[in-house]
Amino acid sequence: MYEEKQSGMTFIVKTITNLMIGFMLVFGAYVVLYGHITPGGGFPGGVMIALAYILVTLAYGRKVVESMVSGVTGSIADDVGALVILILGFIGLIIGGTFLFNFLPKGTPFSLFSAGYIIIYNLAIMLKVGMSLYIVFLALAILQRVVTTREENKGDKK
Amino acid sequence: MTLYFLNFVLLIIGLYALVVKRHIVKKILGVAIMEYAVNLFLILLGFRKSGIAPILTEDMDLRTFIHTAVDPLPQALVLTSIVIGLGTLALMVAMAIRLYERYGTFDMDEIKRLRG
Amino acid sequence: MDVIFLLHLLLTFMIIGAFITVEIKNMLSAVISIGAVGFALSMTFLFLGAPDIAITQVIVEILSLILLIRATVNVDNVAIEEKGESVFHNRTALIFVGIILVFAWIAFKSLPPFGEPLMRVSNYYLSNGLTLVGATNFVTSVILDFRAYDTFGEAMVLFVSISGAFAILRRWKREQHKDFLRIDREH
Repeated sequence: MYEEKQSGMTFIVKTITNLMIGFMLVFGAYVVLYGHITPGGGFPGGVMIALAYILVTLAYGRKVVESMVSGVTGSIADDVGALVILILGFIGLIIGGTFLFNFLPKGTPFSLFSAGYIIIYNLAIMLKVGMSLYIVFLALAILQRVVTTREENKGDKK
Repeated sequence: MTLYFLNFVLLIIGLYALVVKRHIVKKILGVAIMEYAVNLFLILLGFRKSGIAPILTEDMDLRTFIHTAVDPLPQALVLTSIVIGLGTLALMVAMAIRLYERYGTFDMDEIKRLRG
Repeated sequence: MDVIFLLHLLLTFMIIGAFITVEIKNMLSAVISIGAVGFALSMTFLFLGAPDIAITQVIVEILSLILLIRATVNVDNVAIEEKGESVFHNRTALIFVGIILVFAWIAFKSLPPFGEPLMRVSNYYLSNGLTLVGATNFVTSVILDFRAYDTFGEAMVLFVSISGAFAILRRWKREQHKDFLRIDREH
């Protein structure tokens, strides 16, 4: 028996996914990191990163993408993002007297490491938003398999 | 002024879909249309005629920039609002799928009749 | 072409698209037409001088289209024929809509005229943003420095809504195991 079960979509879709996913991840990282100079920031960048992984889920099936970033890893990354914001807030409280005080040096405008902790804050927002949307999509994709299983069971019992 | 009014008509279309239609996914689409209308209203409040985006580039003088820039505060409010609208849409779609599995139909009137 | 005329055109397109979404019977067509409304909204944001928001709206529109198609396509994707929608229901809805629109027109006259924003707080943000924060994107400096606490609260709202979606979807795993166990015992 030489046939193996094809999961996911057709060969064309898989080839295009292979080509596109690198660009999507790099562009998402660019939008997040340069969020204080060009339009963008943590929120659109996080959604772009989630979309890259969702593309792999749609094209290859759930098992392949879980070997890349599993549901547990996504959940932990999500929590790390939220904790980084809390830690930044408390360090700001200790140094400056107000919660979320901007304590890193301002730097020169138009360079990457300017504007205090905004770049760290953007990365934390990217982890939070991107991983949240990714794991919700994984949960909805799992549900599809359960739906078809339940309908087949009903057919067998009748 | 007519732009505010057209935007309000968009909100009313969304509200009509939420209240009158029976299919759950139509109600979710109504909520999505209402979110578009609300975000657009906030951005319309901050528009300045022949204004530029509030992003400074290297060849711009700061003084003229302050007098021709569009208001950045409503944009800050709307940016997070759009992403949170996506989160609540995911929650609503999860609820709709769950209701379908439980009752076998998307029609709200049928679901209100069948209990348990 | 004048920007104001283009804005009127785009808003009319969005109203027609929203009306098609609400009234059409086939669910897949309704989802596609709300996609059209979302993309026209992104173009409107671009003409209103908000490039951050336009990028975010396009990306969020794509993801919400994926979610909505997931909700409608695994079943027969024709909408339920809205049979016997009571005429009383429809007519009172339309009358109240008319009354609300009249009052809205009167209320919008008291807003500042379109194109001349008040900017009482934003003058402070625009004048002192570069020296106090150092970022050249003033929208980012507002959400991540001047109003960073609000952004923290919004991240928590996202956290709660995604946890809610999980709490609703989570019970299925146990029931799936139960179905499998029942099959094994029967064989």
